[in-house]
Amino acid sequence: MTATTGQYVGTALPAVAGVSISRVVAFFLMTTALVVAPFVVYPVFLMKALCFALFACAFNLLIGYVGLLSFGHAVFLGSAGYGAAHSAKVWGFAPELAIVFGTAVAAALGVVIGALAIRSKGIYFANITLAFAQMVYFFSLQAAFTGGEDGIQSVPRGTLLGVLNLRETLTLYFVVLAIFLVGFLLIYRAIHSPFGQVLKAIRENEPRAISLGYRAEQYKLLAFVLSATFAGLAGATKALVFQLASLTDVHWTMSGEVVLMTLLGGLGTVFGPVVGAFVVVALENYLAQLGAWVTVVQGVIFVVCVLTFRRGIVGELGHILRKSL
Amino acid sequence: MTIFGVATQALFGQLLIGLINGSFYALLSLGLSVIFGLLNIINFTHGAQYMMGAFAAYLILKWVGLGYWWALLIAPIVVGLTGIVLERTTLKRLYQLDHLYGLLLTFGFALIIQGLFRHQYGSSGLPYPMPRELSGGQNLGFMFLPNYRAWVIVFSLAVCLMTWYVIERTRLGAYLRAATENPTLVQAFGINVPRMITLTYGFGVGLAGLAGVLAAPIYQVNPLMGADLIIVVFAVVVIGGLGSIMGSIVTGFGLGVVEGFTKVFYPEASNTVIFVIMALVLLVRPTGLFGRAS
Repeated sequence: MTATTGQYVGTALPAVAGVSISRVVAFFLMTTALVVAPFVVYPVFLMKALCFALFACAFNLLIGYVGLLSFGHAVFLGSAGYGAAHSAKVWGFAPELAIVFGTAVAAALGVVIGALAIRSKGIYFANITLAFAQMVYFFSLQAAFTGGEDGIQSVPRGTLLGVLNLRETLTLYFVVLAIFLVGFLLIYRAIHSPFGQVLKAIRENEPRAISLGYRAEQYKLLAFVLSATFAGLAGATKALVFQLASLTDVHWTMSGEVVLMTLLGGLGTVFGPVVGAFVVVALENYLAQLGAWVTVVQGVIFVVCVLTFRRGIVGELGHILRKSL
Repeated sequence: MTIFGVATQALFGQLLIGLINGSFYALLSLGLSVIFGLLNIINFTHGAQYMMGAFAAYLILKWVGLGYWWALLIAPIVVGLTGIVLERTTLKRLYQLDHLYGLLLTFGFALIIQGLFRHQYGSSGLPYPMPRELSGGQNLGFMFLPNYRAWVIVFSLAVCLMTWYVIERTRLGAYLRAATENPTLVQAFGINVPRMITLTYGFGVGLAGLAGVLAAPIYQVNPLMGADLIIVVFAVVVIGGLGSIMGSIVTGFGLGVVEGFTKVFYPEASNTVIFVIMALVLLVRPTGLFGRAS
């Protein structure tokens, strides 16, 4: 391991501003593959993977570009799911409103948890976010509107903007794909904006960034809230796709899974979280009947990634091709 | 007889349960603190190692036929040795990297260990008999005190205080504290710091194993018994201040009692009260109650 790679979490690749040709090509390839995919692969599987890919991208915004490891990101996925499911089922919200409401719930939680957690760093930050996540988990377990162990079931998908019938799987797929692409591009834009450059400056040397006049805490809080919001967007969409919001999505194992996806794909890479999410979701799909072995395999991937494969799949690929992906 | 409108029987009953939980919080957060102090790693495997302690006791009885007292001696050593192997083979490669990698690695090991045990023994608990010498209980007039529970509280308190004494008051502890402050300098004085790190990790893990043996007769022996507990213990460690020995002991027992009383006065909040306290402590003292500013 050389000094520049992998010494700090999130510095797997040097930050390259702007749009590079390799990224445009990669984006084009990814989009084409995702447009063709539902005609080849089971669409529900793809939608699940897309939701997790957006979730992992949101998580990567924080770990990859601010260097903060949140071990409680399931909170935003799960709470947005509850928000969307409850508003769609009980209040009769249209799907677009339900998604907006769910995302807003996650953003609000992001402000509260972020304001408390952002003052700490490194391991402390991981611990604190984990503890808050567990608190929200117990709240969801006991609160009446979440349905406790049962969750909120048979959430109506409805008609998007009064035009698109989401009960048809293929229509739903392309709506989910559109949501994913919008989220992906917005996150990309945030990272490669002046705002994103300041975030990287804070990650590399916080005291210096402060001495240059940047209010580091406000930048970090904004990044945290953005990350929470996009995680929420993923969660709200997922609730409509599966017509279910359940405790699984708020539990800390889900927080661990998103770490796994991002780590496997490549921390701090643009496409890494997407690749990682697809690989992990596919693995779980195929290993599902093996029960406890799923956990073992996940653990082994963690150990192998941390010990020998810290760049992740996309990071390693980019290293070989000498391109930032 | 009632206090604040609550029957004393219930109040003291919950106080006892709180102290029992507090014993486990204290033992586990003490181990985490000792490890964090020297290795700067949050040992996510701690919950799995606590579970391994309970399983070691169960298997020592099943395979070798040795009972509780032997298990109390052997299980922590066995679990500690597995920790030493883990540290020597994997953890030590990460000391040059960001500490978060240590967290992720130990998280991976926790998943592997819990998955393997769950595959082998299922998710339902296995019973472990209470030692005959400690069955029964004392009627204190205002409440009934089971002997085994009293033993757990007294014994874990003794272990905690002994650990505190060794670290804060002996020469060995002085080396340890010095190495926490400045490992390079301590090594320059001719002390084998890498070996000290390995033994410290083994000791911290051994404490988790010991807690597991103590827990076996009270709770059932279950592959996931440490999975959720460890997150509460993380909160305890944050409240006490990472790396503070006395802080872990005091907050461990204290929060156990607070949690017990919450069950009496406001049961709905009993699962979350520790996390709420954590949020409040962070607002006032970000380094924890006993932590020093880093």
